[in-house]
Order: sequence, then C-alpha cells, then structure tokens
Amino acid sequence: MSIRIADHVRDIPRSGIRDFFEIVQTMDDVISLGIGEPDFATPWHIREAAIYALERGRTGYTSNLGLPRLRRSIADYVRKKFGLRYEPLSEILVSVGVSEAIDLALRALLNPGDEVLYHEPCYVSYAPSITLARGVARAIETKAEDGFSLRADALEKAVTPRTKALMLNFPTNPTGATMTSAQWEKIADVCVRHDLVVLADEIYSELTFDGGTHSTIAACPGMRERTVFLHGLSKAFAMTGWRVGYACAPAPLIEAMMKIHQYAILCAPIMGQDAAIEALERGDESVANMRREYERRRNFITRALNDMGLECLKPRGSFYVFPRISSTGLTSREFSMRLLHGHNVAVVPGTAFGPSGEGHVRCSFATGLDQIKTAMERMAVFVGQTR
Amino acid sequence: MDFGEGFEAGFFAVFLAGFFFVAGMEKAYADFLRLPSGDWVFMMGVLMDAIIDLLQQNALMPRADMARLLDMELEEVESAIAKLEAEGIVLGYQAIINREKWDTEKVTAIIEVKITPERGGGFDRIASRIAKFEEVQSCYLVSGGYDLLVIVEAANLRNAAAFVAEKLSTIEAVQATATHFRLKTYKENGTFHQFDSAPERLSVSP
Repeated sequence: MSIRIADHVRDIPRSGIRDFFEIVQTMDDVISLGIGEPDFATPWHIREAAIYALERGRTGYTSNLGLPRLRRSIADYVRKKFGLRYEPLSEILVSVGVSEAIDLALRALLNPGDEVLYHEPCYVSYAPSITLARGVARAIETKAEDGFSLRADALEKAVTPRTKALMLNFPTNPTGATMTSAQWEKIADVCVRHDLVVLADEIYSELTFDGGTHSTIAACPGMRERTVFLHGLSKAFAMTGWRVGYACAPAPLIEAMMKIHQYAILCAPIMGQDAAIEALERGDESVANMRREYERRRNFITRALNDMGLECLKPRGSFYVFPRISSTGLTSREFSMRLLHGHNVAVVPGTAFGPSGEGHVRCSFATGLDQIKTAMERMAVFVGQTR
Repeated sequence: MDFGEGFEAGFFAVFLAGFFFVAGMEKAYADFLRLPSGDWVFMMGVLMDAIIDLLQQNALMPRADMARLLDMELEEVESAIAKLEAEGIVLGYQAIINREKWDTEKVTAIIEVKITPERGGGFDRIASRIAKFEEVQSCYLVSGGYDLLVIVEAANLRNAAAFVAEKLSTIEAVQATATHFRLKTYKENGTFHQFDSAPERLSVSP
C-alpha cells in the first residue's frame, strides 16, 4: 500500500532554507551568516530562574491559556512597551512559540478559500501556514526603494472581496524593514475599510535600533478590535529553544484559538513559561545589552557590504541585512552557492523568502564579530572575483 | 636584545589571556563632558560611553573595527581615545592572565585592613601610603566591617606573608588585618577563566 498524503500538504514546496541547510551541514569550517537566532545564550538570570523552578518540582501541565502569573506579566509588559491593554484572563494565550500562535489564529479565522495577504520577502512559514489552514496565500511585494515597508496603495490594490486577513511582520525577517506610526495609520485605514483582521507578528520589535521606538498597528484607532498581537521571547531574550510565544486578541478569538490549542498542544511547556516570567519582569537590561551589540554589528556589516560594492540598506530593526547582489550578475542562489563552495561563507538566498527576494541575500548579524569580520573579508574577495 | 624563551612564552600567555583596561571615570568624566553644552554633549557622552565599552571588552580591538561598529570615522575614534587617555579617563590597559597556566607560584592575597583615620587626612594619606607598595595591585576604601580592601600579588606565599607581617601590620594606623589567599579564579574583570564549550547551533535556520 502506498500512503497518500493530503493534496494541500503534498503541494507545499520544501523550504528553500532547508535545502540550503542540508548542503551547509555537509561542509566543514563554514562561517554561517544564515542563522536566524541570537548567538547569545539565554541570559543567566533567566536560566537560573528556570533551574530554580525545576528544583521546586514545577514540571506539570499548566492552564491551557498558560500560567495566570505569566499572562499577567505579559499584560504588564505589552502595556508598558506597546501601550496596549489586554485582559490577562481572557485575551492572552501562551503558545509554543509565535509560530504556533500564527497557526492557531489562521485556523480559528479562515474558512476554506478565504484569502490572506502578506508582504514579501518574508519569513518562510507564512504562506505554508495559510495554505495548511485551507486559506489562499497572496503575497504583496515590497520593494528596496521603499525600504521594504508596506505601502497602503499596494495593499489596497491587493484586497479582493475574499480577503479575510493581513499578516504583518515588522521589523521584518529577512529585510529588516520597519514601519512608522504614520505609515501604520494609512495601512490601518485600508484594514478598517475592508474589514480585515490583522495578524501582527511583532517578534523583532525589541530589536529596533538608533534609539527608535517600535510602533505597532494594534495601537492605531479602530485596530485593537481587529488585531491579533503576536509576540514571543525567542529573539529579544535569546530564548529560541524555550518555545514561548503569545497571542493577545479580543476574547472571542482567543477562545476559538484556545479550542484548537487545547486539543492539539494542551499547553506550552511549564519550564519555558516559568523562564518567560523572569524574562518579562526582569529582562530589560539583558535585552538592552544584546540590542546594543546587534546595533554595532549592524553598523559594521552594513558598511562592509557597501564598501565591497553591494548596495545594502541599514536596517532599523531585526538582526538581518538584505543586500542587493544583482550587480554581480549572479542570481541569489548562484551567489550563495558560489560563496559557500568557493569561500566557505553561508548566506541565505533571498528567494528562500519568496520570489521577490531575487537579487538579494540575507545575512544575519546574530553571529560573533570575529566571524562577521572574516566572513566580510571572504565575501569581498568573492565579489571582487565576479567583477 | 635577547629576551629568551621565557619572554616568548610569557608573551604568548599574555596574548591568550585577553586584555582589559582600568578606567577612573567618575570626576574626570564629568569634567570632560561639562566643556560644551546641549545635544552635542549628550551625543559625545553616548559615543564616549560606547568607546569605553568597546575598550573594556577588548582594548586591542583594531580602531578601524571600532569605527565600523560605531558608525564613526577612524580618525574620530582615534582622537576620542587619545582624548580619553589625555584626560586621564582611560588610565591604562592590562592583560588578564590565567594563573593556572602561567607562573603558578604567584599568590594573590585579598587583605581586609582596619585603620585609624587621621585627624585632617582621613583615610587618604594612609591609604596612599599602603597603595605605594609595589606588591599592592589594588587598594579600595570600602564600607562595612573594615576600611581598606587591599589586593596584593607576590611571587610566593612567603613573600606575601612577609609583606603583611613586616610592611602592612607595622604601619602605626593599621589596627588589624585579615588575609585571604586566592585559591582559584573563576571570573576576573568580566572574563571567565574556564570556558564552557560553545553550545551547538544550527548552521542555517529560518
């Protein structure tokens, strides 16, 4: 008997990142700028708090929505940092990373055939998540000349009567794009007029540079009631492996998401939840220290890339730069492959983040300065050779 | 000049150990910033803080790298550091040595010293008198059960004991001392002496 995979799963292409990862895995001495996670270990005070919780035997299930104490911490944190108020008992759900929360929101919202818009280049999981939730994923291309921010007129043009939701991620993986509150107001206006639900993935929000403050669409007039505010601890607190994320949204939607979450997952692991309480309540300084380090590396890598003749915007958020490499006459994939095989430096082809990423590569600066420096030297040699 | 093998090995140890520097920032820094006014002062303060931070992380970092990290010109970084040095804000740069790998005979004594303050001079005169001994690496006036915390490095245990018995205790104003010998160093000036192996990372992730 041959097992038949469901059509909508079978038809999802393999992740471009995964293909690339498997090649890199076979090679030694590669400097990787392909890693989408902090190079810092979780700050010690957070790890120590989790160890203490384990010692006290805190190893059981939690409430489906997450530990009440953590939900209160989240409510305080989100109010303080983003100016948004959510009721901890009914409007916050703790998930296994933001990825799970995105999946829950999509499954709770979509009927088969509903369209979801997202801006591209973007994180690899958005389109597949929409497809798996039986929705129709439709990309809106963002452009380097706009700093990869989302334009309201592009959004307006993409909306159809079937459009149910808009997915947002600013600062953006892989481009580092950010949005101002003035830009958000225009986007919010389109969302209200077309009655769109917004899924705002705010995972990089603390990593906003140049002393700037992150602004969220959820704070725009008329948006709180139609926004799922999605956030987690992976990036800012260097807690990727703990798998703690959360969703804040109006109670009926959280209730619907909880139905799926309780049957599929039950609850996020308690160890991660205990660690998250410590992180949110006492982690500001650790986050500030890591942000400062990223900001300096960003300065370094942006200048190095521009100096070698690759046009590169200086991102105002995230830990990625997304230089244009088309001046070398190579495609993103050729550039990445030749750089990898010839010079042992791994960057991710822009096309892994959607077809509109062609002509770019993603370099992560969540890597030690020494490695970034060597990688830039090797890359400069490579770029010189292509000329 | 022939420094011989010892020098080379010593240099190697120094090289391995990494560097830190000593800054006496409080007053000089305030004076330094009081010169101009307005936003410029604030910006200068931010930049100086950043340069000091980088120097403390690794004083040997190439100045060109510092310039790239802080988005400054090389000349700006060089002149800022020259200024920090000239103003006596950056007082020096030193190596952090792993004593378990080099010159293991050397001992470090951490000495609590209780002294009688002098009329007029307070603690300062007596503290500076103690600090002048070559064996004394650091000398702090502290609050609590004793007055001075003195850190002494000596070639061996006998020399350290002799310093305490013959030099320190015999100073008239010194009422009492309590000497603790360093047994093992775990962390020094922000640097760990034993390194955990780096945890494994995926080489590419989304």
